[in-house]
Amino acid sequence: MTMDTNKKLAVFIASAIVLAVLPFVVGNTLGNSWVRTIDFALLYVMLALGLNIVVGFAGLLDLGFIAFYAVGAYTFALLGSPHFDIHLPFYISIPLGAGLAAMFGLLLGTPVLKLKGDYLAIVTLGFGEIIRIFMNNLNAPVNITNGPQGINLIDPIQIGGLSLGKAVEVFGFTLNPVHLYYYVFLFLTVMVVIMVYRLQHSRIGRAWVAMREDSIAAAAMGLNIRNIKLLAFALGALSGGVAGGLFSTFQGFISPESFGLLESIMILAMVVLGGMGHIPGVILGAVVLTIAPEILRDVIGPLQMKAFGKMLVDPENARMLLFGAAMVIMMLVRPEGMWPSKRRAAEFKDAKKG
Amino acid sequence: MSEVLLKIEGINKRFGGLHALSNVSLHINKGEIYGLIGPNGAGKTTMFNVLTGLYTPDEGSFTFDGNDLFRAPPHVVVKSGIARTFQNIRLFHEMTALENVMVGRHIRSKANALGAVLRNKATRDEEAAIEAKAWELLRYVGIEDVAYERAKNLSYGHQRRLEIARALATEPKLLALDEPAAGMNPSETESLKALMEKIRDGGVTVLLIEHDVKLMMGLCDRIAVLDYGKKIAEGVPEVVRKDPKVIEAYLGVAHE
Ligand SMILES: Nc1ncnc2c1ncn2[C@@H]1O[C@H](COP(=O)(O)OP(=O)(O)O)[C@@H](O)[C@H]1O
Ligand SMILES: [Mg+2]
Repeated sequence: MTMDTNKKLAVFIASAIVLAVLPFVVGNTLGNSWVRTIDFALLYVMLALGLNIVVGFAGLLDLGFIAFYAVGAYTFALLGSPHFDIHLPFYISIPLGAGLAAMFGLLLGTPVLKLKGDYLAIVTLGFGEIIRIFMNNLNAPVNITNGPQGINLIDPIQIGGLSLGKAVEVFGFTLNPVHLYYYVFLFLTVMVVIMVYRLQHSRIGRAWVAMREDSIAAAAMGLNIRNIKLLAFALGALSGGVAGGLFSTFQGFISPESFGLLESIMILAMVVLGGMGHIPGVILGAVVLTIAPEILRDVIGPLQMKAFGKMLVDPENARMLLFGAAMVIMMLVRPEGMWPSKRRAAEFKDAKKG
Repeated sequence: MSEVLLKIEGINKRFGGLHALSNVSLHINKGEIYGLIGPNGAGKTTMFNVLTGLYTPDEGSFTFDGNDLFRAPPHVVVKSGIARTFQNIRLFHEMTALENVMVGRHIRSKANALGAVLRNKATRDEEAAIEAKAWELLRYVGIEDVAYERAKNLSYGHQRRLEIARALATEPKLLALDEPAAGMNPSETESLKALMEKIRDGGVTVLLIEHDVKLMMGLCDRIAVLDYGKKIAEGVPEVVRKDPKVIEAYLGVAHE
């Protein structure tokens, strides 16, 4: 027993140290652009964990999840940029964006309560597109979103007197914005992980699983299916909204282009490829799917030059091609995902046998 | 006279042209075991679905323990104290037996999302109470040794008992069992009968659908007979058994 807790503590301390020094190690060896990639990986972890509430826990398909990211991002941008010349601090605009995203979650959830499978997929997909199109067109007659040009010069996060948008010197170390944001993102990612973990292992989490497995039996046990579905949509959207606000301030610039269908699909792929419903799996999926394309980007071009002396295939195309192929292969050989929960792994094993 | 727990009057349920329940009226008294019998397709399961809110009846009235439940949704029905099992077992297959029963506690517990995330003392206490109650119910129906098994890996008899435990977890005043003995051997049936008597003696009224006439005669205080969606007889078992309409309904089916 003590052995076990000791071991857990050791793992915890080790991962804390690794996570604390990670941006420096990576920055000094691979360069700061990779720290940036890690920052994005954290954003995607939050997004994937949010979508996982809807898809993995509650078993509802959502192809428009990026809309909540957009809501969070635009909330932050509109409340912290020269566009309206409003400059609310992040500790107001991030929660506000998250709350607004949750409300949009309910807005999406309500009309799709009775839908399942393909129909649900299509409606949620449409919802994602509608939000994006709104962002694109809400620049006239009154200019709210600045249309396709997007919003620029979004405020960096300001903690006390410290702006995360500028490099600072600490004990001779230079902390760049990518480093500074890393810690903010890491903190919020840990918060989201704790949130989803606790939800999963609660009365609410049990209700989601029950509904996913048999909604009729769940209703007959007194579960209010409507409410627990809406709760899944709202809480998933909430995490998406937090990530959106962070994205907005981190980038300093957003436009509707960042919130396309491909992004929604990407996040869904993270959840599915990682291991639907299994938090460590989903985190792994998000990290791998953020980093793998970047590695491919770095590798494909030089590799072609070396092998053929010239570029045969445009690296960007080759990257997507390889990436797509890897996903197809993955789904064929390991449909349960890279790191599924024991329960799900067993489900797939049973399905194969029978 | 004993106290009436459930009362329906003039209930009709149609599926397109099919009149699955036609003008059915009945009442169930507190503390009795009330049997519902009838040939296959008579409308017994439909009746259960109406009583538990899974189907909305077309006309009629439905009161339970002082509440008007006509067209009430399932979670309202369960909250007022009706729980059920299914003819074709509907457990949460990938969950453990224990978790299945814990789901049954949902309606009698309150922790919301915020409580779940904060894990405050009230939430932790409630969660512990849910688990303790689930264990108690598994013991009550005699399957605590398979608490950590996934529901789908349980034997048929255990699955039936687990469904009963899960239903009891909602603290029903009326427990409705749809063919709980189906597919059981005589000794399993006998111990199931003992379980139902124990449940009734524990203060829960039981509504029972069963085909095993012998079992029904020995167990039920009163029986209603459905045929083609109509109630053709009702009363104590000895009288119902001798009712010519009942004999005809059963013989009619046998001759088909
Ligand atoms: N959802 C439904 N849609 C259409 N017909 C149904 C539905 N449910 C039951 N029925 C029909 O209602 C009749 C009564 O069925 P049921 O209540 O299952 O009978 P029992 O349980 O007495 O064997 C049957 O003819 C059945 O086909
Ligand atoms: Mg039936």
